[in-house]
Amino acid sequence: MTRDDLDVDPDELYGRLKAYEGRTAASGGTGRDPVNEPMIRHWCEAMGDTNPAYPAVAPPTMLQAWTMGGLAGHPGGSARSEAYDELLALLDDVGCTSVVATDCEQEYPRPLRPGDRVTFDAVIESVSPRKTTRLGTGYFVTTRMNVRAGDGELVGTHRFRILKYAPARPKNAPKPEPAPKPGLTADPARRPRPVINRDNAGFWEGVARHQLLIQRCLDCATPRFPWLPGCGACGSLRWEAFEASGTGTVFSYVVMHHPPFPAFDPPYAVALIELAEGVRMVSGITGVPYDKVRIGMPVELEFLRVDEELELPVFRGAEA
Amino acid sequence: MSARKPDTLGGRAAIVGIGATEFSKDSGRSELKLAVEAVQAALDDAGLAPADVDGLVTFTMDTSPEITVAQACGIGDLTFFSRVHYGGGAACATVQQAALAVATGVAEVVVCYRAFNERSGRRFGSGVEHREPSAEGAALGWSLPFGLLTPASWVAMAAQRYLYAYGLKPEVFGHVAVTDRRHAATNPAAYFHGKPITLAEHAASRWIVEPLRLLDCCQETDGGQAIVVTSVERARDLPRPPAVITAAAQGAGRGQEQMTSFYRDDLTGLPEMGVVAGQLWRASGLTPADIDVAILYDHFTPFVLMQLEEFGFCGRGEAAGFVAGDALPLNTHGGQLGEAYLHGMNGIAEAVRQIRGSSVNQVPGAARALVTAGTGVPTSGLLLGADGCHARVSAVSGRRGAPSLVI
Ligand SMILES: [Zn+2]
Repeated sequence: MTRDDLDVDPDELYGRLKAYEGRTAASGGTGRDPVNEPMIRHWCEAMGDTNPAYPAVAPPTMLQAWTMGGLAGHPGGSARSEAYDELLALLDDVGCTSVVATDCEQEYPRPLRPGDRVTFDAVIESVSPRKTTRLGTGYFVTTRMNVRAGDGELVGTHRFRILKYAPARPKNAPKPEPAPKPGLTADPARRPRPVINRDNAGFWEGVARHQLLIQRCLDCATPRFPWLPGCGACGSLRWEAFEASGTGTVFSYVVMHHPPFPAFDPPYAVALIELAEGVRMVSGITGVPYDKVRIGMPVELEFLRVDEELELPVFRGAEA
Repeated sequence: MSARKPDTLGGRAAIVGIGATEFSKDSGRSELKLAVEAVQAALDDAGLAPADVDGLVTFTMDTSPEITVAQACGIGDLTFFSRVHYGGGAACATVQQAALAVATGVAEVVVCYRAFNERSGRRFGSGVEHREPSAEGAALGWSLPFGLLTPASWVAMAAQRYLYAYGLKPEVFGHVAVTDRRHAATNPAAYFHGKPITLAEHAASRWIVEPLRLLDCCQETDGGQAIVVTSVERARDLPRPPAVITAAAQGAGRGQEQMTSFYRDDLTGLPEMGVVAGQLWRASGLTPADIDVAILYDHFTPFVLMQLEEFGFCGRGEAAGFVAGDALPLNTHGGQLGEAYLHGMNGIAEAVRQIRGSSVNQVPGAARALVTAGTGVPTSGLLLGADGCHARVSAVSGRRGAPSLVI
């Protein structure tokens, strides 16, 4: 949160873009063909490379070739992640609809040899601040692909930078219509997904069945939320899950105004619900305008379908 | 110290140098460069050379490794290097780590630093990978899908409960903002130098996350700050008056999370700062009445009020009135709201200046300063004192302005 320049949209956008740093850009990719002599030979002929080391080893610069799906694409579909698609969609939404590849860097920890089968994944490494180039104004997005062979040994990294930009208007061109405001676009970015790991997966499995599951210690019977592997009261690792009654009250709440996020429509309230079972959880409030939520308000559990794959437990308030 | 019995750290190490870059919105150089400049400035201030340094401490969040800072500063062999986690909660703990190393002879001269381009945010080559979601990520994951997305919103959840519990209005937070900005207005190093605000301006500023307004939220800064720690004996041979580390403590509370400790207690206090406060008071033998100036971490105003209550400067729910009454010199550099957001490290430097008598908003005769680190996260705190009056070792002790010179 900044206090100065809060109205400057580029900062807010940049914060949202930065949030993608470190997220997966592609996962579970496998090379279409094993590293093989014919492809190496074709490459060397095309490049005019007569190095006698080839094709016993592959030219290092072929690295990316082994990860490409070919004209037909990867048989199992793209390894590209939702996060990367979201990032590109977010940039599209703000008018950065054009893309140009700017440069790449590669590292080769060990040479690839015929017979090697490659797998790869990629991470969104960085998103630059807004830059203005001769092409237009936009953001450099750098991804880093890790290419592995055999049992996962790293054989190469491929850092790839694109500029996703709004094309500069030619002189005397008519001014374009203003871009729609974030949050009002036809295709708004999606809400953050729940962070699911092995310690809390059971909760989200319950949500899928429309059950709100709370943990209870099998040694001291203390109920607990959020889900954790051990009991905060006695340290016991033995627990069971049980279904909450779904009734509770608003323990505290906030009204989100700024900055805007595309998946939400401020102002909106977010509440800390105290369930009848005595535990608290953060959730959304339905049925009550944002400015009518109050501490102590009784609430009742319901499930909100957010999009095709996200359903959340939320609480319907009863206005006094 | 432990939570149960006093430690033996107090009075053995001192802060002898402070140095910072300028505080800006776009530093135009790397975070490493900022760190190096801050460390060198702090060493110059201490009258020490890079070759004297054998220890470095920073935040886990810092992007400039100890070895790289050493390499770029001309610091040679290191016998101690350490990092502290939890964002701004690490600030005072870096000095505690340094004092521990100095007191035990593990190192002789330790520099603590923190430098970042928080505002311009040019983090080249950051390559954090998300694989199996960590426990840290999962903890935050309970809030994000519901749209509770920002630090302001996490603080606001507790702030709302605080107002409710004590029957207060959001305007009471303005007292902290006005106090900070009043001090920043007379501090040439402050971003908001010459720009005081009024309670009315606070109350008229726009909502960020109710019940927090724009003027309850701190700025973001590019800059670096470093702090030099050595033994009290060696400090006495150096040019500046030492700021003796009277007590140092870390604290995390039961049911602690990072910014989202929503599931414990009544949400009207900062239990982790209570853990810090209890240790500082017990280790030093001091009480709130002995403190001449307090530098309390202020990324958001409500947590300043809760800190005053955790340290016992006033009763629960009374802190806004306490601040309004100006009973305690508070954040005399302008705080992070007014001077710069340096993850609390600039606050330690201000406490040192107060002990030296060199603050732009000097408290006359200030001999004992309290400084705290990040709130809402596992945190830390320091009591600093002028040489010779760092702790209460006899019944003789004056109220502020009259340091008792008993050893
Ligand atoms: Zn238990």
